[in-house]
Amino acid sequence: MHNSRQLSIKLRKQVLEMVYRSKASHIGAAFSIADIIAVLYNDIMQCYPEKPDHADRDRFILSKGHAGVVVYAVLAELGYFDKSLLETYYQNGSNLSGHISHKGVPGVEFSTGSLGHGVCAAAGMAWVAKASRKSHRVFTIMGDGECQEGSVWEMATFAAHYQLSNLTVLVDHNKLQSMDTLEKTMSVSNLRERWSSFGWDTVETDGHDHEMLREVLSRSVSPKPRCVIAHTVKGKGVSFMENKVEWHYRDPQPAEYNLAMEELNRL
Amino acid sequence: MRNAIVTQLQELAQIHEDIILVTGDLGFRVLNNFENSFPERFINAGISEQNMTSVAAGMALEGKKVFTYSIANFPTLRCLEQIRNDCAYHNANVKIIAVGAGFAYGALGMSHHATEDLAIMRALPQVVVFSPGDLTEAEEVLKLAYAHPGTCYLRVGKGGEARIHPKGTAISFGKAVKVKNGKNIAIFSTGSILEEAIRAAELLDADHMDAYVFSFPTVKPIDRNLIHEIASEVDLVVTIEEHNILGGFGSAVAEVLTEIGYSNRARLLRIGLSDTYSSEIGSQSYLRDYYGLSAKKIFDRIKQSAI
Repeated sequence: MHNSRQLSIKLRKQVLEMVYRSKASHIGAAFSIADIIAVLYNDIMQCYPEKPDHADRDRFILSKGHAGVVVYAVLAELGYFDKSLLETYYQNGSNLSGHISHKGVPGVEFSTGSLGHGVCAAAGMAWVAKASRKSHRVFTIMGDGECQEGSVWEMATFAAHYQLSNLTVLVDHNKLQSMDTLEKTMSVSNLRERWSSFGWDTVETDGHDHEMLREVLSRSVSPKPRCVIAHTVKGKGVSFMENKVEWHYRDPQPAEYNLAMEELNRL
Repeated sequence: MRNAIVTQLQELAQIHEDIILVTGDLGFRVLNNFENSFPERFINAGISEQNMTSVAAGMALEGKKVFTYSIANFPTLRCLEQIRNDCAYHNANVKIIAVGAGFAYGALGMSHHATEDLAIMRALPQVVVFSPGDLTEAEEVLKLAYAHPGTCYLRVGKGGEARIHPKGTAISFGKAVKVKNGKNIAIFSTGSILEEAIRAAELLDADHMDAYVFSFPTVKPIDRNLIHEIASEVDLVVTIEEHNILGGFGSAVAEVLTEIGYSNRARLLRIGLSDTYSSEIGSQSYLRDYYGLSAKKIFDRIKQSAI
């Protein structure tokens, strides 16, 4: 048993191991959402690791599929599959692709990788849950840069129109995207106002504050779908990775791995 | 054909409660009966084909059989990646209905001419491609699509198509349907251009060039056995499609013929839109004639090729 704080540290260490071993990318994105993932899986979502397709489970879709490594890590930690599988991450013949994949991976609802897809599929799942009068919830995490995809706003219109109050979209707002800051690349400022104006019950939170996350992720009484703008730091937890675009791509070298692990051990 | 397929869907929905119909804000009056009969299983997703398609995938993964409905290229090309990643890769039970095959919306202009969809949808693994040739085929392929576990594409005409096979004629998944016997020539047709193909065959018959006619309501998987069998019997196989000549039905037949090898097989003549956008506008029959797909022009091409 662990609390969400302990789980988030475990996840970051596991992610570091996996990315280091496989020379993969996107470690910054995974660290950005590690706290959200820990709170969701530890405290918020109804999970059934023994029966991943349990009808009453809460659904989770990682729309920013490039951060899939941290979802694989949490699923292994919760016992959806054996942790030894994580050693195959990004390797020839593995089911654990860099962008999250459902094939052969218990607990992954939906494969993503191209942005602006997962949130829409999540809305479809939420629509069915509502129409079937089921009480489970649907959660999805998307990137702030992903808000540049037009399909996201098609979904935002749809979910508000159908009052999908069982749907929660978390926007991982780390203010960095693939090549530069959001502000310099293609500003999507005023995210809260944007989502609110589309008819969403929108709240902002510190995406690394577990107490605040628990509060904003608890069931709301609003008939509207919920959007949580989670202010995060890309690379959070390892000082030299924080707020650096390059950690969207780079894999840590041996000295960097040691330094990063030392920092994570001190958390 | 549009009405036939919607009526058939409604009949299926009476029996199967897992059917959901999602429209991308098209089907004015056409979908009213369905909406009135099953208001909880009909939704208008608005003018947003990308979201509509991903939403359909999400619904399908929750156990529903979801029919998306729109016209021309909107439910296919506009949201191609959503079909690929979200529907097909997940083997989601999404059945994409595109009304307005080929030049059905002829006067509306090239944006509304569906002339590359067969090629593009056929290229997606785990997608079945249906292209019914008459009202009966349309009704039957809808049932086949419902029964097939996975993503299907249904390319259907807009209206005014004939009923060539008697209503209720059994159509088998992946099988061509023989329309008439012939001798040295075989016409393979897909979609509602079948009417022109039959009339072309009648002209050939009158000219003592008896031609088989087969309709292919399933383009993928293609009926390989039938192609093998007929290609070893006749001298000339002609494919007809209201679609670009590249990558579509004729190409599918060519792939099979090429794999047979060079001995003991017929020559192939593919008739379709010759790798161009249809910038001309007009009625479906006007455009078919303009682009060489009317019965008379098909006949002329075949005669020329057969000599």
